[in-house]
Amino acid sequence: MRILVLVKEVPDTWGDRVLNLETGLADRGASEAVIDEIGERSLEVALSYADANPGTEVVVVTMAPESASGSVRKALAMGAASAVHVVDDALLGADLGLSAQALSAAISRAGFDLVITGNQSTDGSGGVMASMIAELLDVPSITSMNSVTITESEVSGERSVDGGSMTASAALPAVISITERLPDARFPNFKGIMAAKKKPVDTVSLADLGVVADDPDAARSIMIAVAQKPPRAAGVKVVDEGDAGVQLAEFLISNRLV
Amino acid sequence: MMVDIAADAVLVVLDVTPGGALAPSAAGLLGAAAGVGTPVALIVGDSAEALAPAAAELGAALVLTATPAGLGEALGVPATDAVAAAAALVNPDAVLLSHSIESRETAGRYAARSRSALCVDAVGVTRDDEGIVAHHSVYGGAYNVEAAATFGAPVITVRQGSIDSRAQAQPLVAEKLDVATSGRKAATIGSVDEVVVTSARPELRGAAKVVSGGRGLGSEEKFALVGELADVLGAAVGASRAAVDAGYIAQSAQVGQTGVSVAPQLYVALGISGAIQHKAGMQTAKTIVAINKDADAPIFEIADFGVVGDLFTVVPQLIETLQAKKA
Repeated sequence: MRILVLVKEVPDTWGDRVLNLETGLADRGASEAVIDEIGERSLEVALSYADANPGTEVVVVTMAPESASGSVRKALAMGAASAVHVVDDALLGADLGLSAQALSAAISRAGFDLVITGNQSTDGSGGVMASMIAELLDVPSITSMNSVTITESEVSGERSVDGGSMTASAALPAVISITERLPDARFPNFKGIMAAKKKPVDTVSLADLGVVADDPDAARSIMIAVAQKPPRAAGVKVVDEGDAGVQLAEFLISNRLV
Repeated sequence: MMVDIAADAVLVVLDVTPGGALAPSAAGLLGAAAGVGTPVALIVGDSAEALAPAAAELGAALVLTATPAGLGEALGVPATDAVAAAAALVNPDAVLLSHSIESRETAGRYAARSRSALCVDAVGVTRDDEGIVAHHSVYGGAYNVEAAATFGAPVITVRQGSIDSRAQAQPLVAEKLDVATSGRKAATIGSVDEVVVTSARPELRGAAKVVSGGRGLGSEEKFALVGELADVLGAAVGASRAAVDAGYIAQSAQVGQTGVSVAPQLYVALGISGAIQHKAGMQTAKTIVAINKDADAPIFEIADFGVVGDLFTVVPQLIETLQAKKA
């Protein structure tokens, strides 16, 4: 069994995140870069299966600038056997379509039985990548899974749908995305950190993957304007002296919020 | 097909709930479409034809209904096949879908298949000389971003509850759509369970008012106070991640970067410090009210009305005062 896990380096949500107002691109220097938590959970799903099933190979796949190599090493330290790092200057500001093409090509090239991704990243909140990749690779997909059971030939589990839940199953090879209901990821231990230094990282370019960034046949989504919202100003702050509940009620009533 | 298709058609894919009704997102999607063109609705499902009048009432000039082969058995692919058939027929200026779990799947698959530009989680759409523009609110509402397609009709998913405008009702014009099967491989659907709503409280996503509780509530039992205030205000109940992690309430109530993003008219934060993660999910609320013991809590920096005090005395007094005014 060969499981590919897609991880994404994102700005840490525990700090302020910054967009460059001239280019519209994420300012990677402005905040700490971390592996998106949902990507770590995805890796945990793969690693716990690998723990119980010898012969399983877990490979992390990421598309990010060279600078993300620290995040790749962290994923290797957690327990992945190897990594594929898609790096290309032409991917700077890549839209969802180009990202899906590049990732699909990297996944195809690496070979897979199962691809696991997070349901939604914290920076783009797109929640479409698993479906796009499945469509491009012509394999089944199950998105937003709250529980995952993997066997030699199938992946199944329960997933959220709007206004309910659903069980679904797919023959392998397949692509799935998981939600925060899946367990927290393990921490890399010292042994893992040392071992990670020797694990192979396959760095690939768009040319290696046969993907053309400015393919004239593919429509792209482009950013045409970006602006920072003025920060929200603080309003009234009262210290309760026994009547703050009444004052608050009056505030809500006078603003027609009741 | 006998009906005329408007030159400025905008294809709007409407979600159907597990119970077989139009999803609440339909009104906003059709409202958004009517602002930039002529809304043509697509309803995919066994109940599609029965739902057509409701879609016309919400502003669809034409309602396409489809029950593609494999629907209810194959996951994602039949709906995508239906959108492909509808887009081929309508030749729209844009395709709008809800940023719901199901429609995100359809949007992702259709955009990948048709090599269309995909813009996700939009909070508005406009039209300029070159076509339809998607407006996004990113990084938890800290930035406004506009995006457009290099060419062709963009596929745009629209954040639920983000569109206030509504379209005028239209006379019912409905057509059954023939859908060719793509044969793409799909997962198999097992059982589907509708979440039965046991409370009269509004759903968090898209709610006009939200009362959220944090770690300051102290326990699952005491968290009930959040629900009491919510019921007086007719609000949905939310929570901070700290409250969810502490087990006071289910994860589905989590507001924040890694939970539900809300943009209500009123957001009441009880015992929530206001970590950046939480603010990212609620700071676009029109009015923010906060009650917290800690005068330095960051939530006060964005609150329109902040109370430094013990929420277990302030909230009961607030409830009592509101009930007295109502009576």
